[in-house]
Amino acid sequence: MPLLYPLVFAAFLFSAGVYGVLARRNAVMVLMSIELMLNAVNVNLVAFSAYLQDKLLAGQVFALFVVAVAAAEVGIGLAIVLLIYRNRETVNIDEVDLLRW
Amino acid sequence: MERLAWLVPALTLAAWALILLVGRRLPGKGAPFGILAVGAGWLLSLGILGRVIGGAAPYHLRGDWAPFSTDLRIPIGITVDGLAAVLLVVVTTVSLLVQIYSVGYMRGDERYVLFFANLSLFTSGMLIVVLADNLLFLLVGWEIMGVCSYFLIGHWWEDPANARAAIKAFLVTRVGDIGFLFGIFVFFWAAKSFEIERIIAGVESGAIGSTTVTLGAVLLFCGAIGKSGQFPLHVWLPDAMAGPTPVSALIHAATMVAAGVFLVARMFPVFEASATAMNEIAVIASITMLIAALLALVQDDIKRVLAYSTVSQLAYMMAGLGVGGYESGVFHLFTHAFFKAGLFLAAGCVIHAVGSNSMSRMGGLAKVMPWTFWSFTVGALALAGIFPLAGFWSKDEILTEAWNLGFGTPAEHVATSQGVAQIVFVTGMFTAFLTAFYVARMLWLTFGSAYRGDRHPHEPDGFMLLPVVLLAVGAALAGLLGSPLMGETNFGSWIATPQLPARGAVVINWGLAATATAVALVGMALGWRLYRKGLPEREYLTRLPLLYTTLEHKFYLDDLYERGIVRGVVGGLAPATYWFDQRVIDGVVNGIALGTRQLARGLRYVQTGQAQWYAAALFVGVVGLAVVVTQVIGR
Repeated sequence: MPLLYPLVFAAFLFSAGVYGVLARRNAVMVLMSIELMLNAVNVNLVAFSAYLQDKLLAGQVFALFVVAVAAAEVGIGLAIVLLIYRNRETVNIDEVDLLRW
Repeated sequence: MERLAWLVPALTLAAWALILLVGRRLPGKGAPFGILAVGAGWLLSLGILGRVIGGAAPYHLRGDWAPFSTDLRIPIGITVDGLAAVLLVVVTTVSLLVQIYSVGYMRGDERYVLFFANLSLFTSGMLIVVLADNLLFLLVGWEIMGVCSYFLIGHWWEDPANARAAIKAFLVTRVGDIGFLFGIFVFFWAAKSFEIERIIAGVESGAIGSTTVTLGAVLLFCGAIGKSGQFPLHVWLPDAMAGPTPVSALIHAATMVAAGVFLVARMFPVFEASATAMNEIAVIASITMLIAALLALVQDDIKRVLAYSTVSQLAYMMAGLGVGGYESGVFHLFTHAFFKAGLFLAAGCVIHAVGSNSMSRMGGLAKVMPWTFWSFTVGALALAGIFPLAGFWSKDEILTEAWNLGFGTPAEHVATSQGVAQIVFVTGMFTAFLTAFYVARMLWLTFGSAYRGDRHPHEPDGFMLLPVVLLAVGAALAGLLGSPLMGETNFGSWIATPQLPARGAVVINWGLAATATAVALVGMALGWRLYRKGLPEREYLTRLPLLYTTLEHKFYLDDLYERGIVRGVVGGLAPATYWFDQRVIDGVVNGIALGTRQLARGLRYVQTGQAQWYAAALFVGVVGLAVVVTQVIGR
């Protein structure tokens, strides 16, 4: 399989993630979009690792790390979202602007 | 012994630091330490003077304080020669007695500790001036005294008048100091050195042109005019009476005002090389001695009488130097220190007893305060120049020098012109008469007739009385050191230095001495006749209204300075500079701060609190960076 296929796929995946992070109002959707971006990176890592025929399989190992970190991140993220919902009755990210001037 | 000379100012400086830092916790509030330090210095000075009289060679301690380059070295060093040794003894003696006196006089003062610290520093300043071997080091001591005079004159600053007097003293002497500083520059430029020895060598060898010498000498004399209260900068001295009386004694007898005379004596070969400078000194001295003596006639404040007499006597010293009489000028400085310090301290006893400076509230004190009375009388007679007290011998030497130059056979190498010497002689004689007159007036108004005050005066305690009596003894005997009794090794030979070898004692002219004494006696007699019944209902001088009002207004000099300079500065220059400082300098600083604040006020709306905005900005930034790295740097 040529390298181009997974790279183009990863690029689409990442762009979809960026769109989700920047444009969705729902905080849960934003978190999911972040997962998309992380997985796009994972695809890249695995693709390059296979392409370069790395004996140590560093790309795959890194991808595993990313998955672990992403799991942790989403755990904390969802907890925050849950707390925001409890306090403000909303998960709309544009209504959470306490840190403005 | 001479090797230890540096210890004399070092000890008083150490005492100053000690008293200032921990004086409050020391026994006697630090005063004993100041007295011990200057007492040890006094013993050392006596030893040094003994060695110098015994013929020890001048001792010179040199060092480089700041060697910037081979051409510009700032030296630090001391010279111990006859002149310095004599002055060391004078300064430490007077300072020691004044400090002992202050223990009694200042008892219970709220700034007692500070007062003693300042006395020590003041003494150190004068000792540095006396010992300095170069003009810069001398300037250091000179300025220490300047600032100490400010502190001490303004010691009781709660009264605004005292604070103003302190500022006046500081600023008026500062006017002269500017000339002094430029004089130092001129000589450094010409001689490539600050060292007095080298400057004198340069002047004497002719390496420094005569115009430069004249310019430098006149500028140096400006400093002496300011510090020694010569016309037209004498106005600060009478106002300096605002300070406590011991300070007046210290300023007027041994330190500060003596520094100007000392400077001229120290640099004497330089002045001698310039006829213009010598004539200037002599003429200014003549003017000063006359107007100061006239002003002393109308004062009611006993300390002001003494202050004007100091101005007048300093002018005598300057006149002696101005007509080429190095020995006579310094000799008068020496004797004057004793009788003027004694007079001030005795006047302090009187003021302490009566509670007022005003002579119209004194009178009849001779019976209540016999010790003070007799000490004061000895000092007063010495001031008037009555035989055989101190003032007689020194004043006579000065008059003899002026006479010899003006009318007789002048000594060699005197640059002063004959006409100027004649002026000096005539004004000197007339001033001697006026001096005797105001001394008699002061004496009888204070001690004669009946008491006019309302307190019960009494003799002061031992701390105050002892120095007064000792100084009276000095005032009686100091003059004999320069008298023919001492033969060839008299005062004149003590103060000889390598640059100024002894020229043999001034031959006493008995005819002249008799005339001067007669003039003084006539003055005393006139004073006695007019004032022995106490205060007249109307001062006699008011019969000459023009003269009286002129004297009352101090020859309008103070008014002139007030209107011409002080008001211009206070009314125009000071507000203008204040405005410039507040609006322009502070304005720039405040403007920068304000501009930053306004900018930030606008910029803070960037912080919307919308996480997605931040994420967008981050994304744009990353893309931008990626473009830059790959397209611009990567190529």
